[in-house]
Amino acid sequence: MTAVLCRHFGLQHMEIAEDIVSETFLKATETWEINGLPENPVAWLYTVAKNKAKDYLKRDHLFETQVKGVLMAANTHTEPEFDFGQQTISDSQLAMIFAVCNPANSPEAQICLALQVLCGFSIAEIAQAFLSKTETIKKRLLRARANLREDNFQLTELNATAISSRLEVVLRTLYLLFNEGYFSKTNNHLIRKDLCSEAIRLTLLLTENPLTNTTDANALLALMCFQSSRLDARANEAGETILFEQQDKSLWSKELIEKGNYYLVNACTGNAVSKYHLEAGIAYWHTTPTDERKWEYILQLYNELVVMAYSPMTALNRTFAFAKVYGHEAGIREALPLNLTESNDYYALLGYLYADTDPDKAIDYYQQAVTLAKSAAEKKTLGKEITRLREKKNNRI
Amino acid sequence: MKDFVLIFRNSDNPHAKPSPEELQERMNWMGGIAAQNKLVDKGNGLSASLAKTVRPNNVVTDGPYTEIKEFISGYMIVKAATIEDAVEMAKGNPIFKAGGNIEVRAVLTPGDNS
Repeated sequence: MTAVLCRHFGLQHMEIAEDIVSETFLKATETWEINGLPENPVAWLYTVAKNKAKDYLKRDHLFETQVKGVLMAANTHTEPEFDFGQQTISDSQLAMIFAVCNPANSPEAQICLALQVLCGFSIAEIAQAFLSKTETIKKRLLRARANLREDNFQLTELNATAISSRLEVVLRTLYLLFNEGYFSKTNNHLIRKDLCSEAIRLTLLLTENPLTNTTDANALLALMCFQSSRLDARANEAGETILFEQQDKSLWSKELIEKGNYYLVNACTGNAVSKYHLEAGIAYWHTTPTDERKWEYILQLYNELVVMAYSPMTALNRTFAFAKVYGHEAGIREALPLNLTESNDYYALLGYLYADTDPDKAIDYYQQAVTLAKSAAEKKTLGKEITRLREKKNNRI
Repeated sequence: MKDFVLIFRNSDNPHAKPSPEELQERMNWMGGIAAQNKLVDKGNGLSASLAKTVRPNNVVTDGPYTEIKEFISGYMIVKAATIEDAVEMAKGNPIFKAGGNIEVRAVLTPGDNS
């Protein structure tokens, strides 16, 4: 609803659109409480919003003509038509995604803005997702909105060239939004699921419009579906992360895996291979627990991924896959030169690789990992591993 | 860190039907370098058949074969602290199994004319 209104008011007046929407919902709660739910609640909401927007424009017009006295009567004011049809709604939401995913803002700010404007999260909810103070998020959002106003991006200009030049940024923001949920700092399982499903909803919007239904968008959607299929299996009731190998595979969502397969097939219609294709391919192999050559395929995909776009996490995951295929000793030879001495994951990987052959070294590495680990849950998981190794050692003596 | 070009030389065309195992070995090697964040440019393979050499006086000959048995099959760029480190990286390449070799050359930077 905010998106459709913004299309008329322009992004500079996003607050007005948001105010109208909140007023609409306020009126709904008041009226529905007394009169009960209307026959078509959605249509009801849109009608009220439409009227409120028209009222606002009239008031605004009055102000402009009488108080300022600048506009002449000859300049007749025509009322714009507010169209809340299905097509406009999805178009407006799409345009809003493109407006919010603006490189003028930092990736974190883009995600915050997306959560607030596109997903309707409250500031408190966003702060909880980022484990930050509400003040910090408030400031970040204010700055981001100011940047958007200055950039003056027009929501109505949804033409093919503007879209294709911006689609990459949009996909990246949605990718980060999803990761924020999937690898979230918060232990709140509900918030994590919300973030992931919102990212999927927005990416789905992209695949429904011929202008944005690219192979990259499909690959990203496939990736999100595969990852989400494991959301319920990867945390226990206490919110602690369960490692892949210990997950109850019956909790994996078959439906989402099938959807992932569907979008991955769509993604592979062209010759272009993006980072999302490779990551979706890796996630696909993770959903197939039985194939004996699975780790070979995963390693090859990681090889391509790390060649295309280096990141410390990709390098570590690639090395883990390497050890899965060629054994822990070969894995250690690949792991040591990575030299990621600031990463707890680097030391945890070395600890894991040494665990069977040299428990003392493994414990050393795990301890370094504990020192660098940021979350309590992580420290706990690593601590368990150290205890296990110590017990094993004592039993041997 | 300095950039080094690795120049691959072969006497058999490595691009003609490599086995899946050979491809996997090559990618493992490149992935290992990329994982250390030392890959600058994955470079390109060079065609062995669509190749001409242009010489003085408008003499054009087919391929690089006429005078040398070895030809350049590809190149890639890595970064390393010293040329010794770059050489160490090159040593892991499976090209040697097929009798090829790798030339390691530092990229000249402004003011460096060596």
